Amino acid sequence: MIEVLYFAWVRERIGLPREKVETAAPTVAALVEELRAREERYALAFADLTALRVALDQELAAFNAPLAGVREVAFFPPMTGG
Amino acid sequence: MRVAVQTAPFDPGAEATAFAAGVAEAGAIVTFTGLVRGDGGRIAAMEIEHYPGMTERAIAAMLDKAAGRWPLLDALVIHRHGRLVPGEPIMMVATAAPHRGEAFAAAEFLMDWLKSRAPFWKKEIGPGGAEWVAAKDSDEDALTRW
Repeated sequence: MIEVLYFAWVRERIGLPREKVETAAPTVAALVEELRAREERYALAFADLTALRVALDQELAAFNAPLAGVREVAFFPPMTGG
Repeated sequence: MRVAVQTAPFDPGAEATAFAAGVAEAGAIVTFTGLVRGDGGRIAAMEIEHYPGMTERAIAAMLDKAAGRWPLLDALVIHRHGRLVPGEPIMMVATAAPHRGEAFAAAEFLMDWLKSRAPFWKKEIGPGGAEWVAAKDSDEDALTRW
């Protein structure tokens, strides 16, 4: 079981700030494929991965990163702080 | 080193005074305050979302990096989230070092990293509706100079 978090327009498109996901996906990219296949709103949110960033246990990571041992995955657009 | 991620307003002058009082040995203190721009009425308010937990960790890691590169005596980062209106301070960076070059460089480094590596997202609310602010390529490019 992985905790999946969504921020900014990703959260708005999916309609949830977070959810628990039962998955055996080996990588972030595989998890994205599973989420995309769920419903249209997920497919829309994950339509363009170049517009998204991912963090694994609160550290920025790549979409090909492995999920083994990860408890928290977050998807969000490029950050606009400052 | 202090990191404050908060919804509450802050007083940049009072923060600068308190920061200076804690670093009597510094030869230079640089402070930067970022304000919400109104853009001539285009922006009525700004809503800032963040990732609790990761935000504090990411900023602490930036402070560690800065302290590894410049002889910082102290540093401060305050960043607000929630709803803000034009003219309000959004964020503040303060650095204290023996010399001004180090204090300026560390402050700019922290600003550049905060722009695109701290998990904040801004939404502008205006007369025409609400829109998420898009990240700028120039902000990403700014990191290459460090």
